[in-house]
Amino acid sequence: MRYEKPQTVAEAARLLSAEKGVARILAGGTDMLVQMKSGMVEPDLLVDIKALPGTRTIVKEAGGFRIGAGVSGAQLSEDADLKAAWPGVVEAANLIGSTQVQGRCTMVGNLCNASPAADSVPALVAAGAKVRVAGRGAGRDVAVEEIPAGPGKTKLKKGEFITSVFLPARGARCADAYLRFIPRTEMDIAVASAAVNLSLDEKGVIKDARVALGAVAPTVVLCEPAAKAIIGTRLDDAALEKLAAACSAAAKPIDDKRGSVEYRKDVVGVLAKRAARIAYTRAGGQK
Amino acid sequence: MAFDAYVKREFKQVGTRVARPDGVDKVTGRALYGADMVAPGMLVGRVLRSPHAHARIVSIDTSEAAAMPGVKGIVTGRDFSVPKDEFLADVAVNCLAQDKALYDGHAIAAVAAINATVARDALKKIKVEYEVLPHVTDIDVAAKPDAPVVLEGRALETVPAGMGANVTHRCEFGHGDLEAGFAKADKIVERSFRTAATHQGYIEPHACLASFTTDGRADLWVCTQGHFYFRTLCSEMLGMEASQLKVTASEIGGGFGGKTTVYLEPVALMLSKKTGRPVKMVMTRDEVFRATGPTVSTSIDVKIGMTKDGRITAGWADMRYSGGAFQCLTCEMGAQAAFAAYDLEAVQTVGWNVMTNRPKEAAYRAPGAPQAIYAVESVVDELCQGLGLDPLEVRIKNAAKKGTKASYGPTFDDIGLLATLEAAKKHPHYTAPLAEGQARGLSCGFWFNFGGNTCVTMNVNTDGTVGIAEGNPDIGGSRASISLMAAEELGIPYEKVRTIIADTASLGYADTTDGSRVTFAVGIATINAARDAIRKMCKRAAMLWGIDEDAVEWKDGAAHPAGPNAGKFPPMSLADIAAKSFQTGGPIAGHYEVNADGAGVSFGVHLCDVEVDKETGATKVVRYTVFQDAGKAVHPDYVEGQMQGGAAQGIGWALNEEYIYGADGRLQNPGFLDYRIPVASDLPPIEAVILEIPNPGHPYGVRGVGETSIVPPLAAISNAISRSIGTRLQELPMSPPRVLKAIKGAA
Repeated sequence: MRYEKPQTVAEAARLLSAEKGVARILAGGTDMLVQMKSGMVEPDLLVDIKALPGTRTIVKEAGGFRIGAGVSGAQLSEDADLKAAWPGVVEAANLIGSTQVQGRCTMVGNLCNASPAADSVPALVAAGAKVRVAGRGAGRDVAVEEIPAGPGKTKLKKGEFITSVFLPARGARCADAYLRFIPRTEMDIAVASAAVNLSLDEKGVIKDARVALGAVAPTVVLCEPAAKAIIGTRLDDAALEKLAAACSAAAKPIDDKRGSVEYRKDVVGVLAKRAARIAYTRAGGQK
Repeated sequence: MAFDAYVKREFKQVGTRVARPDGVDKVTGRALYGADMVAPGMLVGRVLRSPHAHARIVSIDTSEAAAMPGVKGIVTGRDFSVPKDEFLADVAVNCLAQDKALYDGHAIAAVAAINATVARDALKKIKVEYEVLPHVTDIDVAAKPDAPVVLEGRALETVPAGMGANVTHRCEFGHGDLEAGFAKADKIVERSFRTAATHQGYIEPHACLASFTTDGRADLWVCTQGHFYFRTLCSEMLGMEASQLKVTASEIGGGFGGKTTVYLEPVALMLSKKTGRPVKMVMTRDEVFRATGPTVSTSIDVKIGMTKDGRITAGWADMRYSGGAFQCLTCEMGAQAAFAAYDLEAVQTVGWNVMTNRPKEAAYRAPGAPQAIYAVESVVDELCQGLGLDPLEVRIKNAAKKGTKASYGPTFDDIGLLATLEAAKKHPHYTAPLAEGQARGLSCGFWFNFGGNTCVTMNVNTDGTVGIAEGNPDIGGSRASISLMAAEELGIPYEKVRTIIADTASLGYADTTDGSRVTFAVGIATINAARDAIRKMCKRAAMLWGIDEDAVEWKDGAAHPAGPNAGKFPPMSLADIAAKSFQTGGPIAGHYEVNADGAGVSFGVHLCDVEVDKETGATKVVRYTVFQDAGKAVHPDYVEGQMQGGAAQGIGWALNEEYIYGADGRLQNPGFLDYRIPVASDLPPIEAVILEIPNPGHPYGVRGVGETSIVPPLAAISNAISRSIGTRLQELPMSPPRVLKAIKGAA
């Protein structure tokens, strides 16, 4: 196995494109190293992207935030402006792993590991986040929901990798929230999860919303019927029940050791209701 | 009165919370665990494991692997002759399969190579041809006559005719007229329960370093609960004399019963013998889960009758236990423990072992008792609910006490159950108001406790300090407790005493650290070794004073002339006598060997409050109190630690821990991610209330405390959940999907 730590995006792209064997990217390594240790993957080339310009920083851009692909969960939690603007995204990213893992794990790594249960991904999708994809040609910006292809698979082409994720600017009366269900209190993987991002008008009526679900389908689910169920409401009980029903209906989970189909469909609705209430309160809405 | 029977006394040091001797090394990372041992020229050993739940091994071709550069040796089951003794043969076959792979993870072959990478690559080059056989991992399916047969011809003659081939043992306990008992009942409840296999969950994986010399001697450094027993097993499997194998126990990162038997050790020794180099083997977590431990999985029917005023009139249980792919007698423990807390006129328990294609059961903290008592205590609670009775009063009314003929045969001596129940009743927890959505549960628990073989040497050093050599790995604070008991008996400060765990060549045999036996049995040996040293020191003082040795007595750490007629001499301290020992006959050492009896049974009562999220089925334990009889708590911190640790493991067992097998018979969750032991934030503060009802069989009144604490949590939590959600689950773990399903089913 070769380990490379290129200094430029172009060099990284060249290395990845030229590799004939198994190439993998190392950012935080909290998934990669575990997979290598357990023998799930034996890369021929490991490209460490943490030395590339901009991968370790959070930069304000067009009123939003450009977050480098090597930014850790702990760094996110220490950025007061980011937390104020996108509390749901930060709380989602901060649920990954343990305190120790938070020192290394990244949202882009979470996305590219392509687990349907990735915690930060539903929150990023609900937020309308975009990632910057680098490769041999010009870079391109892609919506987060366009990246996962299925468990363990992304739609990135050979030689492509993500350098940053962008969270857009926030107006007034906007907020997001993320909740997951795990059988323990920490250090676990979501059995089901829900992220809700919404904005209110002056009267506290929801004027826009995005709802994304995790661990209930091969990839993250951007659930438009769930968003429709609460847009135009003050999140009254009827709206919440419609939201939950829409989420349960959109969920296409599997039976496995972590939960049954029935259980996941039930719980994803419950989580969406609870996350919606948190986001609504954060946005200043009052019932 | 026997020399070492309990005598009431005022303790000066026993019962204090002195600094633990291993604490600094452990928190600074200096302590040496199984994987910390290295030797010059050491090779790395790795094991190839079966991917099948059940398969005939048609052939194993190691030629390609053996030819790889860096590969120094390969062993398979063929390198071992299977011992004639059936029990030992099972242990050996479990270490390396013979003609069949009996479960997912069963060891098939092992490689020793110059490093871990070469060893791993070599495993991939070993070609095993399997003929996959039908498998069975579910106990109830395995018990059926038409189930796939795990092993032929293993049933003992205890098993009646007509049972399936996987049913290998039946045992029965009890007394009285069941029919008459049930006829007197106002209410009878009969229920069936299932409990999942759970793993001991020790953080340190199995690890050892074996070194075989060319003249047939060997050393083994290993993480173990019983290095003497490991010597017995390994020397028999390798055809060695015990004296030629020296086993040294490392520090241990958790055992809970799971490190009482060998897995890697005979393999490492054989690889070392073959290669002529030291061989180190360390399991991965995946291997620990797939191939070691766990406890039995069970399926249990219980029937209990009760009068309107809460008197139990009869109790019956039929309990099927599966100890995996081999014969297993843990069902005997369950069948004996099930009704131990009750004074019953009519009781019968029947235990069965059923083989399944699962790893070989290893002891886990009170093996067999938590499952049985969970089932019994659940039915008792349901009867209390049905009859509108206070569950604690009902237990007090029916509690076993001194003179009770236990359901498993013996008549109890002084036991602490009633005192424990009364303590629970008086404790503020029992009457504390419950918040909205919370509910309270309780359960009794029981464990036999054991004594056994022990040998202690106590060396009085010339500077007035004392070194103790004993033979039991310290898994719960025994070095501190042994030093405390020695200091107490000798009358010198605790800080002057150091206890070490001697290797198998340095001391007589010690039974394994299990059965909550060490503080009890090694305590007896330590106290008596101290008395032996005291006798010798009195003799030396008598010699120096020129008086008769009978005219010397020992008090407060010094020899004194016994009475006015003995002469007037200033007392001679242990240090004074030790300093002059070379002039009075040489070094001074106390010694004692014993096969200790009279361990004294142990009872506990647990109270817990839970909160169930009715929309997700998640249970949060919000308050937890343990009441347990310790006889005498030698070091209360460690006793509380045992009580809290057992409760923590029981909470995990009750709520989330389980071996999950797929339809392919493979273990689905061989890692701490999906095998969910509780993390710190999952647990409430666990209050430990120590009761001290002296054990008549120990000079200081000590009872074992290590195991009872894992017994009550299963039912205590189940009883609380059933009161919270208004319906009772009959299967463990009570994981959120199961609880939510029960809630929806009841609605």
